[in-house]
Amino acid sequence: MYETNYHRASSIDDAVAQFAKGTDSKFLSGGQTLLPVMKQRLAAPSDVIDVAKIKDMIGIDVSGDTVTIKAATTHYDVAQSEAVQKAIPALAHLASMIGDPAVRHRGTIGGSLANNDPAADYPAAVLALGATVKTNKRSISAEDFFKGLFTTALEDGEMITAVSFPVPAKAGYAKMRHPASRFALTGVFVAKTKAGDVRVAATGASQSGVMRVAPIEQALKANWAAAALDAVMIPANGLLADIHGSAAYRANLVKVMGQRAVTAAG
Amino acid sequence: MSTVKLTVNGKAVSVDVEDRTLLVHLLRENLNLTGTHVGCDTSQCGACVVHVDGRAVKSCTMLAGQAAGSNVTTIEGLAKGDELHPMQAAFRDNHGLQCGYCTPGMIMSAVDIVHRHGGKLDEETVRHELEGNICRCTGYHNIVKAVLDAAGRMKVAQAAE
Repeated sequence: MYETNYHRASSIDDAVAQFAKGTDSKFLSGGQTLLPVMKQRLAAPSDVIDVAKIKDMIGIDVSGDTVTIKAATTHYDVAQSEAVQKAIPALAHLASMIGDPAVRHRGTIGGSLANNDPAADYPAAVLALGATVKTNKRSISAEDFFKGLFTTALEDGEMITAVSFPVPAKAGYAKMRHPASRFALTGVFVAKTKAGDVRVAATGASQSGVMRVAPIEQALKANWAAAALDAVMIPANGLLADIHGSAAYRANLVKVMGQRAVTAAG
Repeated sequence: MSTVKLTVNGKAVSVDVEDRTLLVHLLRENLNLTGTHVGCDTSQCGACVVHVDGRAVKSCTMLAGQAAGSNVTTIEGLAKGDELHPMQAAFRDNHGLQCGYCTPGMIMSAVDIVHRHGGKLDEETVRHELEGNICRCTGYHNIVKAVLDAAGRMKVAQAAE
C-alpha cells in the first residue's frame, strides 16, 4: 500500500470538510473493498476519511412503509435486524449472504453502493425495490444512481448517508455464489410492490453493472410464479463472460436465479 | 505517522505507526504478537482473524487507525495462564490442526461463531460460517468437530461461572 493519511471523521460535516482538504481523498467505511484495492496499489488516495464511527451514519429505522438503513451500518447488523427481517426479509437474507462473517462485521451498505461492483449484492436490492440513496447533498433514485461498472451518480466529495427502501408486498433474492469470493456469479432480486408493480434486478450478469430484467418483469406481472419463467429467454448479448462463466451461462443463471428468488418470495 | 491507542488482550497500548499500517502488522511487528498470521493478504483466508470490540474481523483488511480506541483480542489473549481456552483445548483433543498455520484464525472465528449462536449451533452452521477461513491440511472435518465440541464446553463453562 502506498502512503496515505488517515482521518477519523466525527460527523458528516466533518467528513465532507476533511475530504475537501486532501488532494485525492476517499471516504473509508468498512474498507472491505477499498483496503484490498489500496493494498494492490490499484488505488492510492492521498487521504482516507473514516466515516464508520459517525453516530448519524449508523442504524436502522422502520417507519410505516419505509426501511431506512444508514450508510455505515454493517451487513451483519442488517442481517441480524429483527425490524428488517420482518419488513423486508429478502433484504436481511441478502445481507447475510455477503462475503463471510468477518467481512459482514466490517462491510457497510453505503460502501458497497458507492463502490458499485458489478457483482455486489446490494445494488440488486436497491434497484429492484426502487430505493432512494440519500447523500449529504440530495436524494437520488435507484434508476439515476447506478451508472455502470464501479460508477455512480455520486459527485466528488459527495457521501452516501442513508438508503431508504419502500417495503414491498413480496420480495426474494437468490444468487449463485462464486465459491471463493462469495460475490454473485449472478444474483437476482425480485420484488412486487404494494401497488402491484413487479421490479426485477440482476447483479453479476451485465457488463454495465446491475440491470433491470424486463422479460422476467413482464412474465411475473402476468403470473407471479417460478413456472412463469420457464419459457423466458434472456439474451446473452451484453452479459459478462469470464473464466467463471460465459455470457450464455450467465443468461441462463439470470432465469434460474429469478425462479429461485420468486420461490423464496412466496 | 500517527499514535494509535487501543487495548490489546486487556492491556492499554500506544503505538506510533504510519497511517497505512494494517492492524495485523501493528499486532505482529509492533507488539510482537505473532500468533495472528498473514496467509493470503487478500481477505480470503482468515488466518489473520482477531476480535475487535467483540466481533471477528480480518486484521489484514483494517487499518491500525480504524482500531484506535477499540478492544482487540488476539489468539494470545484467549488462554487463562496455562489453561487453554475451551476452543483451543477442543482443537487439540479433536486433532483440528495439522500444520497449524490457519489455526489462530480458525479459533478466533470459531469462538465468535459460538458467541453468536450459543447452544443453537449445528454442523451445517459451523461449516457455512467457517467459509471465510481456509485450511489446506485437514479437510475441515476435525475442525468442525472441534468447534461443536467446544460449543458444548463453553456452554458448560458459562453455566459454571
